[in-house]
Amino acid sequence: MDEQKYLEHFETLIAADKKIEPRDWMPEDYRKHLIRQISQHGHSEIIGMQPEGNWITRAPSLRAKLILLAKVQDEGGHGLYLYSAAETLGISREELIDQLETGKAKYSTIFNYPAITWADMGAIGWLVDGAAIVNQISLQRTSYGPYSRAMIRICKEESFHQRQGYEIMTHMARGTAEQREMAQDALNRWWWPSLMMFGPHDTNSPNTGKAIRWKIKRDSNDELRQSFIDKTAKQADVIGLTIPDPKLKWNESRGHYDFGEIDWAEFDRVVKGDGPCNKQRISHHVKAHKDGAWVREAASVYAAKRAKKAA
Amino acid sequence: MSQDTQWPLWEVFIQANPGIPHKHAGSVHASDKEMALTNARDVYTRRKEGTSIWVVPSNYVVASNPDDSDMLFDPANDKIYRHPTFYIMPEGAEAI
Repeated sequence: MDEQKYLEHFETLIAADKKIEPRDWMPEDYRKHLIRQISQHGHSEIIGMQPEGNWITRAPSLRAKLILLAKVQDEGGHGLYLYSAAETLGISREELIDQLETGKAKYSTIFNYPAITWADMGAIGWLVDGAAIVNQISLQRTSYGPYSRAMIRICKEESFHQRQGYEIMTHMARGTAEQREMAQDALNRWWWPSLMMFGPHDTNSPNTGKAIRWKIKRDSNDELRQSFIDKTAKQADVIGLTIPDPKLKWNESRGHYDFGEIDWAEFDRVVKGDGPCNKQRISHHVKAHKDGAWVREAASVYAAKRAKKAA
Repeated sequence: MSQDTQWPLWEVFIQANPGIPHKHAGSVHASDKEMALTNARDVYTRRKEGTSIWVVPSNYVVASNPDDSDMLFDPANDKIYRHPTFYIMPEGAEAI
């Protein structure tokens, strides 16, 4: 079969909503787009362990500590599922980590904001994991088999993350005046960065066209953002917190909430590396990776020695 | 720089309950089979997803080529006599 025949076959599979598997022929751009998107997704899980890992030793109760440990462990697991999926496309784990540490690959801008109070653990679970779930539910239907399977597994595990965050917010919103204030403050700081997680507007998103056509993405950035806002606005009402957007208002004719404009200049700044924690997040990853080098080395030597003995 | 490789890749198969087949769950990197099993346990069975795990070095998996799909899998279509519905049973015959 020549290239054109392969492409036609690929397009037929996509049109029929069939999955593409690692050994199938795929256009180079499809492969590149997937490696970029899946690795960015995996890096977000791995870097996303940091803002919460920071609170494990300071959790206010043993229950909260156990939950947070399990949540951070899940995020490590999710990063590994995604790295495995990316590796089926021909990139190695070393290249993936190198791209993260040298800034060639991005991760979600949300993790470049600091988690400064316990209420932030609530806001991160409720908003950040909430936004991630909206995105990941949509991606369960992505056209690339290994990515889809990773998303299905992640979605099964992720809903506990959002519920534990909302539970923290509920307790604080219904607690003392000071706790209530902390909860509102956390919502104020995390709301807009959470909306940015869905990426630029559709009209301003260079990668959306092909990604939708090839069914890598099944819903556009703006559609997903709207769906998140509609769900979350009602949840804020239930616990008596105010979303920091004076333009947020139910629009009966659209059947959706209207909302104010996102500060895209801030988004661009943080993407380009100038967020509050960009440097800290990467240098922490580099340090942890370096500090673990002797363990990896010892394991390799041990395995080689045992293999030699067995031979 | 110290030696730093990503280690061999292992495919992970998990049996969710006794009596059903092991199913492919994903893959892990590990320096040896014990580590592969430990990593597979930590990565793929944090919520009682399994009662048994197999790990297999990925380079031992021999896979068919998608280009050969027609040759390998099509013949079944023209051998409909392999399906029970091909046969005409006499009127009144039951439980067959």
